[in-house]
Amino acid sequence: MIAETIGKILFVLLVVMGAFLPLITWVERKQSALIQDRVGANRADLAGITVLGLLHPLTDVLKLFAKEDFVPEGANRVMHLLAPVISLVPAIVMLAVVPFAGVYDFGGERPFSFVIADVDWGLLFVFAVGSIAAYGTVISGWASNNNWALLGSLRASAQMISYEVTMGLSVVGLFMCFQTLSLQEMSLAQDSTFRLLGFLEHFGVVDTLPAWLGWLQLPTWGIFLQPLGFVMFLTCIMAENKRPPFDLPEAESELVAGYHLEYSGMRWGLFYTAEFLEVPVIGCIVTAAFLGGWSIPFLDTQTLISGIGGTFGTGFATGLALVLQLLAFLAKVIVMIWLQMTIRWSLPRFRYDQVMDLCWKILLPLSLANVFVTGAVILWMKELGA
Amino acid sequence: MDLVVDLSVVLFAIGVVGALVRRNVIVILMSVELMLNAVNLAFVAFSRMHGNNDGHVFVLIVITVAAAEVAVGLGIVISLFRNRDTVNVDDVSLLKW
Amino acid sequence: MSIQLALFYFFAAVAVGSALAMVLNLRNTVASAMSLVITMVSLAAVYVLMDAFLVGALQIMVYGGAIVVLFVFVVMLLNLRQDDFPPPRQRFVKALGTLLVLFALGKLVAAVPGALPEAVARLPEGFGGYRDVGTALFTRFLLPFEATSLLLLAALVGAVVLAKRRLD
Repeated sequence: MIAETIGKILFVLLVVMGAFLPLITWVERKQSALIQDRVGANRADLAGITVLGLLHPLTDVLKLFAKEDFVPEGANRVMHLLAPVISLVPAIVMLAVVPFAGVYDFGGERPFSFVIADVDWGLLFVFAVGSIAAYGTVISGWASNNNWALLGSLRASAQMISYEVTMGLSVVGLFMCFQTLSLQEMSLAQDSTFRLLGFLEHFGVVDTLPAWLGWLQLPTWGIFLQPLGFVMFLTCIMAENKRPPFDLPEAESELVAGYHLEYSGMRWGLFYTAEFLEVPVIGCIVTAAFLGGWSIPFLDTQTLISGIGGTFGTGFATGLALVLQLLAFLAKVIVMIWLQMTIRWSLPRFRYDQVMDLCWKILLPLSLANVFVTGAVILWMKELGA
Repeated sequence: MDLVVDLSVVLFAIGVVGALVRRNVIVILMSVELMLNAVNLAFVAFSRMHGNNDGHVFVLIVITVAAAEVAVGLGIVISLFRNRDTVNVDDVSLLKW
Repeated sequence: MSIQLALFYFFAAVAVGSALAMVLNLRNTVASAMSLVITMVSLAAVYVLMDAFLVGALQIMVYGGAIVVLFVFVVMLLNLRQDDFPPPRQRFVKALGTLLVLFALGKLVAAVPGALPEAVARLPEGFGGYRDVGTALFTRFLLPFEATSLLLLAALVGAVVLAKRRLD
């Protein structure tokens, strides 16, 4: 079992940190260039061959290592070093409860579940670890002995702790629908389809739905069951991780650079890595909770295994199903990354009072209303069904 | 289980000593939080001993009360600082004989 | 020594060490607050070792992620100077008080072994999980739950009133 866990950890680290992270820095430059109708970075070359700018992540890292790593005068050295580490580690640790592929029966003593730690309270773990990430922001500004950095870090941490509250509330509706906090079980529950007009049957409008209306089906994804919850959760988790358009704390044009003003070289590289690692991590969590996780739409695991197993045998079919569902998960994560990048380069930055108004005056009442309406609908369907 | 209760008592002792010895109001408040945490630990230990979830519910309520107390306490500290420009308890002891 | 016991010793040592660092740190109040966070997180680890999952997660979220952040805010806003040792006149009294407290609590620690009944051999299914604790919170403990929400409302109003600047 230990070898299995270590294998999963290595896979996650290699794929997400080793492959996704450099790709995302490249995607950001290229996608922003395409949106803004320019070419983007394409000068880094290897022996005269530029590969569409794919070498730029490597050159960026080399540049960061080569820069001078200083601590400003009068700053607290220990805290100055600790702050970027506190920002980075929660982003990595959050990947421990994300289900990259489903639960498969390879004939061993227990079914093989592609989660590093399938705890029963997975999403709660994500929130808990995410709330520790606020400390990196809080301390970096104070430890820099600089007024602008302090202002930036105060604003950033107030924003982060406000959005933690709304982030938790906006997924309560999702918990009520799926009856679980574990991301793997949520993905398992999203592995089926439901009839779009089936609610007519539930509410007693018609007795049974005619077959020609019954084929209009949707996969049981969180986004179809809780559309408002999806929008609110995406907003809150982007604000929590200070992604643009909520990036006032690191506003390049207003606060010089906000809370990471006095950081350069690889120390700033750690902040940079933390922010860009949050992008796939947000993508993974939102995919697992709302977009059906690893499930291929309209093709649930049993059908897949029996379909391939008919010609190739069950063991090979299960392995192939694992690979296909893993690729489906990564494809959905890529869609979420694209979405976040598009939102970044389309919307102007929010002003600070607009950010706080959005959280406390709009998202909090909306999420409470979402909980109420979801509860009412579930109770109504149960009463009529029974 | 004995060890957990011992840990709870040790943390409580550290909290009490901190609240008595230190003169910075904020550190006194933090020592009070440490005492509350020690009590939470004792609740969880006894709840595990009985196999009953009631201790956990009370821990949740204690955490909530601690949060409320910190909010109000820090509001008082800020008002104190605005009026006296100090957070040293020895400097605000006008009522002492 | 099972791995659970070893982990418990490790986290207990970290908790006690950082609690001492918090109380004894005279130079830097933010460092005290960060030591308090380390204490909270290691206590949450001890909770998880004792199968109290929901409480452990909420300890990190609420205590470590919100309450101590509030402490750090206030310290940063007020820009506090360093603390000093108490003046000589007070030192004797404080040392005596500390010794009395330690003596009383030491007697408590000495009385613990053998005074507690045996732990339950097998825990009920779902012990410490969010379902059981949540059900208990909303059925048997509904009155404390609602009373706590009133308390939070009072604290909210109080904090806003206290922090406002007066307009005279």
